[in-house]
Amino acid sequence: MADIANLRTAAETGLSSLFEAGRKSFATEEAIGREEAFKFFEATGLPSRRVEAFKYTDLRAAMTEAAPPAEAPSDEAARAAVAGAKGFAGIEAARLTFVNGHLVPALSDLDGLPEGVRVTPLNAALAQSDARLKLLAPVEQARANPIYQLNTAFLADGALISVAAGAKPERPLHLRFVGAGTDGFSTATRVLVELAEGAEFTLLESHEGPDGVTYQPNDALDVRVGNGAAFRHARLNREGRGAIALSTISVRLDDDARLETVNVVTGAVLSRHQIYMHVAGEGTSAVVNGAAMLGAGQLADSTLLADHAAVGGVGREMFKTVIDGDATGVFQGKIIVRQAAQQTDGKMKSDCLLLTDEGQMMNKPELEIFADDVACGHGATCGAPDEDLLFYLMARGLPRATAESLLVQAFLGEAVEAVTHEGARAALIGEIEAWLEARG
Amino acid sequence: MLEIKNLVVQIEDNRILNGLDLTVKDGEVAAIMGPNGSGKSTLSYVIAGKEDYEVLDGQILLDGQDVLEMAADERAAAGLFLAFQYPLEIPGVGTMTFLKACMNAQRKARGEDELSTPDFIRAVNAAADRLEINKEMLKRALNVGFSGGEKKRMEILQMALLQPKFCVLDETDSGLDIDALRIVSEGVNHLRAAGRSFLVITHYQRLLNHIVPDTVHVMSKGRIVKSGGKELALELEASGYAEYRTNEAA
Repeated sequence: MADIANLRTAAETGLSSLFEAGRKSFATEEAIGREEAFKFFEATGLPSRRVEAFKYTDLRAAMTEAAPPAEAPSDEAARAAVAGAKGFAGIEAARLTFVNGHLVPALSDLDGLPEGVRVTPLNAALAQSDARLKLLAPVEQARANPIYQLNTAFLADGALISVAAGAKPERPLHLRFVGAGTDGFSTATRVLVELAEGAEFTLLESHEGPDGVTYQPNDALDVRVGNGAAFRHARLNREGRGAIALSTISVRLDDDARLETVNVVTGAVLSRHQIYMHVAGEGTSAVVNGAAMLGAGQLADSTLLADHAAVGGVGREMFKTVIDGDATGVFQGKIIVRQAAQQTDGKMKSDCLLLTDEGQMMNKPELEIFADDVACGHGATCGAPDEDLLFYLMARGLPRATAESLLVQAFLGEAVEAVTHEGARAALIGEIEAWLEARG
Repeated sequence: MLEIKNLVVQIEDNRILNGLDLTVKDGEVAAIMGPNGSGKSTLSYVIAGKEDYEVLDGQILLDGQDVLEMAADERAAAGLFLAFQYPLEIPGVGTMTFLKACMNAQRKARGEDELSTPDFIRAVNAAADRLEINKEMLKRALNVGFSGGEKKRMEILQMALLQPKFCVLDETDSGLDIDALRIVSEGVNHLRAAGRSFLVITHYQRLLNHIVPDTVHVMSKGRIVKSGGKELALELEASGYAEYRTNEAA
């Protein structure tokens, strides 16, 4: 068969030049494999719809040019950028602030962290060849993903977060990512979270930036949940409406580990959130949820790979998408149950509420099961708000718009209710209400 | 109170109501009985404002105001209430949230102030006690996991809180056991008042032993074919609907 090579796009050529230009200024690269990642990326290029995993989210077409990596801002500029940041703002938490992908120590509570939590800025960790760097990229499949590779190649800053054995701080750590600028820029951050045995820890992540600027954040979160540890994670994408926001979370679960990760999307013109979960230990449980509210021109993609390689893992994955205007929702979810992973109990569901005739939803659930004693299922639904339910609510006096909002709120609320942290849950429900209110 | 004049309704080219006339006076409890398929539920939906039906002719006047041009929520604010034959389950919507939203929406539509939370809770508790509604039920999502009887009691609770002028009870007795029937009927009787009228739709005379009507109307093929006092229900119970079916067929 003839080998058909894609012509390189302007964005791909641009990324190569940016990588070459940046090479000198990049932090020590051995530990993270920057060169190797970029080489791999250059060979495949930006994924187009011809690549199955990107069939509905054509990055090659969407990313028309390569935006230059953002410089670290001055403290003053960072302060101005953060002043209006709203994501999880009212919550009592320790904060690490990233402006344009660079950690701003002056706006971070590095000295006031929750008990048992240690944070090392990524660049310091690289300079010291921190032993924890070997825990980066804990899930094999993520390493072959072009978005994750781009993140590795252009990695500019981040943090290593360790939670001590048995530590159960009540106060969460909030990673506050804020973008600022009037011209296009790109960012690449990597945060590693390591929970030692029996630790319990809540991490909040908010992402926001300017409207009308074509900026390209690429954020990766690597997590290792140790034996009997519990990691709770709530993530809010309220990026500016011009953003192409790429994110990856890769998690390894050891014996009896518990995971809760909920991603709420209201922002970005195009977003893709990738979740790679590797069940390495026995008796784990995981709740992986998503709630996306999309308006005109937006596309949000949630792509999940749950790889069960050990006995008795319980997985509950619930994705809810509300589509307004001509928005597009994408859900790709795959559960792999390896031969060793007997008694796996996995349920994956993607539901979509279409509020207009112009919107569309792409659902692609997959199961790959090699064990014989498992209970796994998936489901996908798509439809308009139920007219009978609307009539019932209207017959009690609720105007149609209010009735519809109540149904939308209930629909999305189901995914958000899984957030254990009360303040974070309330904040996310507040995001839903604000979205509905803005919709009018 | 309510006047229905020459109401003609169809759904997907099927004529369901064929020139129905009915008048219910202030404070009156009118019962409508009739065989299956005579259009009883359609009548209740058309009064409440369900959009699936096409009204070809006629009027529905509530205190002289034609409600046919009004949306369902406007009719509710004007004082119409339909207790559903099959109340719907709404996962994710808390019962209390729902009740408060409805009460406040109606108050707003009438230009009244929103209810304070203590007043709201007091009103709900009083109505719930009368209907023997467990407080745990109120904490759940609306009607989700409720038994048939619980759902019907929840309908009457809503009626009690919303204080409508005109209530349509669509086969409220269906699916109720004897105790639930008594509780629901007592709830309705408690709401009987000079300024409030009821249209009670049922197949069986049984319900009318508990909610004693002032008038009874027989419906067949989309029209009222006979009207009388409460004794008409007893006659129907004894003779069945055969007469009305043959009359219509003839």
